[in-house]
Amino acid sequence: MRLYAAAIYLFLYAPIALIVLFSFNAGRSGIQFVCCSTSWYPRTFQNDLMIEALINSVIIASAAATFATVFGTMAALGLQRVRPFARMVYDVLIYVAIIIPGIVIGIATLVALVALFGVVNPLLQALTSGGEGPPVQLGMGLGSVIAAHTLFTMALVIVIVRARISGMDRSLIEASADLYATPWRTFRQVTLPQLLPAVMSGFLLSFTFSFDDFIVAFFVAGPITTLPIFIFSSIRRGVTPEINVIATVVMSVSLTLLVIAQQLLQRQRRPKPAKA
Amino acid sequence: MTSGVALAAAEPSARVPRDRTSLVTAMLLLPTTLWFLLLLLMPLVVILVFSFGERAPAGGYQPAFTFAQYLNLPARLKAFTNTLTLAPMGTVLCLLIAYPLAYYLAVRAGSRAKTLLLTLVIVPFWTSFLIRTYAWIFILGGKGIPALMEWAGLPELRLINTPFAVLVGIVYGYLPLMVFPIYVSLEKLDKRLLEASADLGATPAGTFRQVTLPLSMPGLITGSLLVFILLMGEYLIPALLGGGKVFFVGNALVDLFLQSRNWPYGSAVAIGLVVIMLIAIAAYLAALGRERGRADVSLV
Repeated sequence: MRLYAAAIYLFLYAPIALIVLFSFNAGRSGIQFVCCSTSWYPRTFQNDLMIEALINSVIIASAAATFATVFGTMAALGLQRVRPFARMVYDVLIYVAIIIPGIVIGIATLVALVALFGVVNPLLQALTSGGEGPPVQLGMGLGSVIAAHTLFTMALVIVIVRARISGMDRSLIEASADLYATPWRTFRQVTLPQLLPAVMSGFLLSFTFSFDDFIVAFFVAGPITTLPIFIFSSIRRGVTPEINVIATVVMSVSLTLLVIAQQLLQRQRRPKPAKA
Repeated sequence: MTSGVALAAAEPSARVPRDRTSLVTAMLLLPTTLWFLLLLLMPLVVILVFSFGERAPAGGYQPAFTFAQYLNLPARLKAFTNTLTLAPMGTVLCLLIAYPLAYYLAVRAGSRAKTLLLTLVIVPFWTSFLIRTYAWIFILGGKGIPALMEWAGLPELRLINTPFAVLVGIVYGYLPLMVFPIYVSLEKLDKRLLEASADLGATPAGTFRQVTLPLSMPGLITGSLLVFILLMGEYLIPALLGGGKVFFVGNALVDLFLQSRNWPYGSAVAIGLVVIMLIAIAAYLAALGRERGRADVSLV
């Protein structure tokens, strides 16, 4: 049994270790390993396309995670206050957003946005063509990726925050109201601090999901490149040491985020220390 | 379809009697409602409409009402049969490999080691999926295992771009997702039941079949549904490890939308995929419900 578990862990980690090892390859080709050098690191980060893709990915993931967290938390709070039927409608939508394959979400968003731009752009052209410069036109880009990522990460945040709300002690909110706090003040001083760990971990999970997403961005990114799209096309062009370097760096970063998320979730599980 | 905003503005529950609260509720739900309408419902309706249309000469869509796209689905039969054989196979493989590990973690491992071992299972799942799949191109490709085997004097073997490579990628990618729910249900299992079963003379195999397995069913079901759902829409693993020879519906969709720009046909394929997926899930849950004599199976 022990041996079996060890074999599985080997299976899980050997490929990752291999990539990290090869990122320190001193050899020219990506295949043969010659120990050891960090020479590929600066070379990788001098690649302008890579840097641009990385920046795009960070922008997209930050924006999508922020929107998803704020709107998702708002919705989780709002759903506590609606009738069971309305809540059921939202539940169905949340499950649909989670269950529909990412590839179908990507396709549907692409097609719908193209259809939408087809209607809006002639209008915009008519409205703005009189002014100086080229007419304002909508198109695929950062905005469309952020919007699409926000959709499925928002569903995730709603699920996480609602789980936290249902485990929350309502008597504190009632006590706060009894002590003549306004609803806003109750929210800020009682509800929000209790929700914060769930909100934070929702943010980090959303960020990771968005940062890691390939397939949705592949469809709706239009002319821009995100990091996974960049990595994918590098892989298509052949195995290069740069990919190993990017992979190692990306894994370190997402590991750090994961550890932070885990810490937050753990704090959430522990009973809150009483405050004076 | 009732508008979501109207729904959100529905009367507040009796707990919050004040009038203004319904406005607050509506405001709280407004962004999510907009998002769901514009980026979930509208796109799904659009591809439904497109799937009954025709391809414009330059690619894209041209309005029509025809079932031609659906009637043409058999043209991509191979993608569907590949998906419908490899996705269930991959799910079962994940299940068979994950179960013993989850069992070890939940029942056998010491409590201190457990936390660490569990974290180690989850960590790969949160590192880039693309990169983890890429690692296997490395391992299964010409200079990886095949080169090793040649060196050891074994016969030449092509691993990459085979169904085997795709299955390895699937198991590697989705194993953590399967281990976790099974672990959770085994963890909740009362260990005294196992002792009681042994005391009553059951063999270890008998205890497993009659006590452990039935009680871990919820986790098993959740895990296999999660993996199956994700596999049905899989694109990266067949694209990278199947090399155009072993392709899924996802790969056909990318081809149809981004290369040949046959949107109406692509929409029909996408709808076909979702419908088949829903039917498969419903059939699976129904079969389980019959097996257990009750249908209290839930998704999460």
